[in-house]
Formats: sequence, structure tokens, C-alpha cells
Amino acid sequence: MHRRLIVACVLIGVAWPSFKVLLKADPVAEALQEPAEFRWAGDPEGGAPFVEASPTDPDKLVGFDVEIAELLARELKRTPRFVFVQFSSIDQSIARGDAEIGLSGIEDTPARRSSLSVTIPYYEFREVLSVRDADAQQYRTLRDLGGRRVGTLAGTIAYEVLLNAEREFGLTAIAYEDDVHPYSDLIVGRVDAVLLDNVLAERRRKTVPGFTTQPDSVAVGHYIGVLSAGNAALRDAANEILRGAMRDGSLEAIFRKWSVWNDDQPPLYRRLLNGEPVAPISGVELSSVATTSRWSATLLYLPALLRSSVVTIVLSCLSMALAVALGVLIASGRVYGNRAGRAVLIGYVELMRGTPVLLQLFVLYYGIAAAVRLPAFIAAFLGLALNYAAYESEIYRASLEAVSKGQLEAARTLGLTEMQVLRHIRGPQAFRLALAPMTNDFVALLKDSSLVSVLTVMELTKQTQVFATNLGSWVIPGSLCAALYLAMSLPLSSLARRLEEKWKAPTA
Amino acid sequence: MESADGMTDVVVSVREVRLSRGTRLVLAGMTFDVARGEVVALMGLSGSGKTTILRSIAALETFEGGSIDVDRVVLPSGVCPAPVARQLRRKVGMVFQFHCLFDHLTAIKNVTLAPVLAHGIAPDDAERRARELLKVLGVEHRANALPRELSGGEAQRVAIARALAVDPPVLLMDEPTASLDPERRTELAALLRELVSRDRTLIVATHDEEFAGSLATRVLRLSDGVVRAGV
Repeated sequence: MHRRLIVACVLIGVAWPSFKVLLKADPVAEALQEPAEFRWAGDPEGGAPFVEASPTDPDKLVGFDVEIAELLARELKRTPRFVFVQFSSIDQSIARGDAEIGLSGIEDTPARRSSLSVTIPYYEFREVLSVRDADAQQYRTLRDLGGRRVGTLAGTIAYEVLLNAEREFGLTAIAYEDDVHPYSDLIVGRVDAVLLDNVLAERRRKTVPGFTTQPDSVAVGHYIGVLSAGNAALRDAANEILRGAMRDGSLEAIFRKWSVWNDDQPPLYRRLLNGEPVAPISGVELSSVATTSRWSATLLYLPALLRSSVVTIVLSCLSMALAVALGVLIASGRVYGNRAGRAVLIGYVELMRGTPVLLQLFVLYYGIAAAVRLPAFIAAFLGLALNYAAYESEIYRASLEAVSKGQLEAARTLGLTEMQVLRHIRGPQAFRLALAPMTNDFVALLKDSSLVSVLTVMELTKQTQVFATNLGSWVIPGSLCAALYLAMSLPLSSLARRLEEKWKAPTA
Repeated sequence: MESADGMTDVVVSVREVRLSRGTRLVLAGMTFDVARGEVVALMGLSGSGKTTILRSIAALETFEGGSIDVDRVVLPSGVCPAPVARQLRRKVGMVFQFHCLFDHLTAIKNVTLAPVLAHGIAPDDAERRARELLKVLGVEHRANALPRELSGGEAQRVAIARALAVDPPVLLMDEPTASLDPERRTELAALLRELVSRDRTLIVATHDEEFAGSLATRVLRLSDGVVRAGV
């Protein structure tokens, strides 16, 4: 009896979620159960004052964009629900419907206006130039930075400004994935200036001492909310709510709370409430790809994509060459070395294979920057090579051990030294066995090289992302990127197949 | 060198050699001598220790007790020191049961590799000598074939040529007739008799009574890791 009761309880327990799903499928029942959600997307990695996990309660989000989302949800009589989306993917995520609106310090740009529905601007910022305290008198404007390296966030207005300045003044634009490392690299001397908006500059000043922000702004821009192109109704509703919040001081209260209210905001609000148009960017002339045709934009970006392909292939070839050399040494050490040496090499291999390559790249570039300040390309080259050396060594070790013991003994009885056995008997046969997996690894490395964009190396994937962000679409940039990767990897695979055929490993 | 039983000019002296694998004693104090120019056949059932004693003489096995003396190079028990192994390699050649040719090299390269690398012979001279050996062994026409393209008999002959190319005073052969048909076995015995000069010593491990009878000057019968009888 007891057993039947237990079985019945278990069955009900198992089936209950399905009943709940059925109940939820009824829109009326759903509406009765809970109010509709207001899904908004942001990236907490951006941090305060935009969106960040509360320092006192990491499960809770705080920031002015969080409060604006709550304001919109409240007025729409819906429950805000946060959707985490990486900053660089918010536009695409909104376009595909992951959330209804994106709010995370998103800049107003011609590209966004042409490919998405955007709200009215709710905050005006200034692009400002920050330099080391010692250089404050020397580098006052972008013109002063000819021949120098200037960092910023990739895919932002500031990056576009720097690309223009690159052509005009001969400086070098360095693209970062986040807004922390441009300032830390400025202090250690990897870059000579940083161009970012005043909100980000002020935020970093609190944690990174030693830099001066020049008083003159380079450009003026705005933060907006982004919605999918077909969501004009919600955009209009959001615009009304924002105007109301400008009138009644709710927005001012939010920005004052986060210490970013300044004299630039009242004139912006006045213009918006008077129905005057507000240009996305002012103070600088930018040739946005979004305002030209897709094909013109493609032609505009093609040289940059080809240049970044060269970076990708050169980086991959150099990294693979070092990985192969180190892999051979590690494999030889593991096969021929003493116990202590083998233990050290096993430790190395397990460490490199057991931790993410991204983490290794960060440690090499940022982690040891206080002791050794590696240039970005060198750090990327070393990071990929050291990681892939671990994988290569395992291939070579297995290949060396696959050469028959009988052949090695025959070579020894003939009087060959161990080095001669390795060089003339074991090595050549192991190489043939290793060729196919090596080729696989090279193609994998070619693609993994996209990870080095976190070290400011502008390789193919990163350049494509910048292109797509500015174009407001991934179709053409993505297709071009795929074609370029294939153009690099297919000949490689073909060459490897031919070599394998030529040096076919003999069978017993 | 003279053996305990009065044999003169002993070139290989095996004394009380013991070797075990796990709990099994493979060589249980094996003792025998071989004089220069002798052709000795080691015979016995599988597991009697024929191959293991050949491998021990070639320093491919580490034995636990006893000693082996090859033309005044003494192999002690335990790990063979590298200088001793180097000296030994100049005295002893070995032909393996499964040929163990280098898979990635042609027959001629298999034969010339050691003379050039280990003995410093000029490549042209090494090739000339290799072609002579392959001719004597009847496989000159297969000089440019890879091992996988050779028949069992051809591979065996190339392996013999490879061992002879470095001109070792003592040649060890492990089951040389294993992959040969009866006709080829008789042929091989005749060939080896021709090749073994007065100064070269041959020790052959074999199951093949007929082959041993037609080739060997002496037969040692092995059982349970020791020599039971010598004829």
C-alpha cells in the first residue's frame, strides 16, 4: 500500500512540470498567472554606472540603465526581466528577438538608426582624450598623436574617430574588447592615449590613477535604447515615457544618483521636448558605412579585411611553427627524458590543456605586464604557440611511440646512437603519422587565432565584427569572413592531403 | 680466450645468465661458449629461452645475474652501460625474426644506413658494398623497393644484408626460416654457409631441425632457460 502511494507521488512529481507547461500554453491562464515581462538586454561586464552586479548582492543588477529599464517597465505595467547579452552583440541579439530593448550605454550611430528602431537619446556624452599625467602638455589633441598608439573600445564611435585620425594624422588605432585595459595599458605605456566617452573616463579615474583627461572634447554622442526594426510601437511608447521622465525630472534623479548628471543634459532634453532633431554624432565628420550602399561599404572595408587576414595567417603560421618546435622538444623529453623531466613536462601539458587559451592569453598580456610588457602581437604569438605546443607534443609523443620497437632495436644493434635513431628512423616515421592530426591542429589554430582580439590584435574575426557593427548587418561581413577563412584553410588541407599521399605511412 | 671445457678462441661466452619476467624464470643460469667461426644452432621449444639469450647477447635485454663476454667486451648484469653497448655493437649484428626493416626506407637505404652513420663509410662505398650483398643474396633487383613491397623471403634477405653490411664478427639470427617455404630454407642455409667465413661466427635460434642440421656445426638444445645438451 505504502509502495503504491510512493509510486503515485513520484509520478505526480514527474508529471507536474508538464501540466504546468500545458497550463501556461493558454494565454489567458498565462495572463492571469503573471504580468507580461519586459525583456531588456545589457552586459553587466560593462559595469557601473551602466549595468553591474550589485557589490552587496551579486544576484541583483544596479546602474542607471537598470533604473531606466525599470522606469520603462513600470510605465508599461510590465515586469522587467534582464537578458544577458555581450555588449558587442546587443544589436544582433535585439534584431533576432532575444529581448525587446537593449540598454547598456549603447551609442547612437547612423548604422543603428538605419538598421534598428532606436529610442530618443537619453544622455549626451563627450568623447575625451586621456593621456598619462606626464604627457598632458604634449598630447592635447589627436593631431599631437601622429605616430603614436591610441586605444579605445572596438566598434564604437571613438574607434571610428580614431580610424579617421589614423588616415589624417598617422596615429595607430588600437581596439580593445573592454574599457578597463585601455587605461591600464596607458599607464604601463602600451598606448599613449585613450579616446573614450567622459562617463567611462570618469569611471576609470576612480580605479586607475595616473592619467589626465584633456578638457576639449573630440566629439559629442548620445546613449540610446535599441529595438528591432519592426518594433516601432514599443519604441514610440518608450520615447513617450522617456520624454515624460525628462519633464518630471525622473531621468535627472537617476543620473544624479549615479553622479553622471552634468550641464550637457538640460539642453539635450530641451531640444528633444521641443521636437527638435538631434544628430547621432556631432563635432566630428564620420563617413559611416551605414549611409552608403552595402556594396560600397564592402569595398570600403575589403582592404581592412584583407589586411587582417594577413595578420591571421602570419600569426597562425608563426605560432604553429613555434608550437611544432616546442611540441617536438616536449615529446622527445617525455619519451627519452628521466622521471623528473617527464613529470615537469606532463605538468606543463596538463596545465596548458586544462586551462582556457583565453585565460592564458590574458595572463601573458595583462597578468605579467608589471614584470614583462609584451607587445600585443608577441603575446598573441606566444600564447597560441605555448598552448598548441602542449597539444602538438601529445600527437608527436603518440606518433613516436607508434613506431615499432623492433625497428628501434634493429637500429641500435646496427650501432646507431639514440640521436641517430630518433633523427633517421623514429622521427621521420612519427612525422608521417603525425601529419594528419597536425593539419587538423593548424586549421583549428587558424580559427582560434580570433581569440587574440582580446589582446588588441586586429585579426580577421575582429575586423569582421567591427565591419558588421558599423554596417548593422552580419550577412555580407560574415560571408566575406567565412570566404577568407576558407581561402586560407582549404589550400592548407589540400597541401596536407597531398603530403600525406606522398609520404603515406607504410603499413605492416 | 679459452673456455672451461678447453675450447680455444672462444668469441662468445655466456656464464650463468639469469633473467626473469615477473615470477617466470626465462633464463635460469644459462651457460655456453661459442668459438670463432662456429655456426651454432640454439634449439628448443617455445619459451625455452632461445630468443631471450640472443637478445641478451645483443644487449637488448637486461639480465639479472651472470655475465656475457663477446670478443672481450663484457656485458655485466643489470643495465648495460652506454660505452659497453657501443663497443658491443661493433662486434655483434642481429637479424630479427620479423625482419624489422625500416619501413620508410628502400631496401638499399636499409642496408647503407648503418655503414654511413655508425661506421663513417662514404655513401658511395656503402652503396657499392650494399649492392654486392644484395646481389649475393639474390635481391639486387629489389634494391629500390620499400619493405612493404617485398615478399617475406626478400625482406629476410635484405635484413641479412643489412646485418652483414657492418661486417660484425658475430651474427645472431632469430628464427631466420620462420617466413620461408621449404625450398627457400635450403637455399638460405646454403647461402649462409657461403657467407659465414672462417672469421665470422653465427648463432642461430631455430625450431627447424633440417635447417639446423644443414647449417650448424654444433647444436645446443635449450629447455627451461638452460642448455640441456650440446652436440
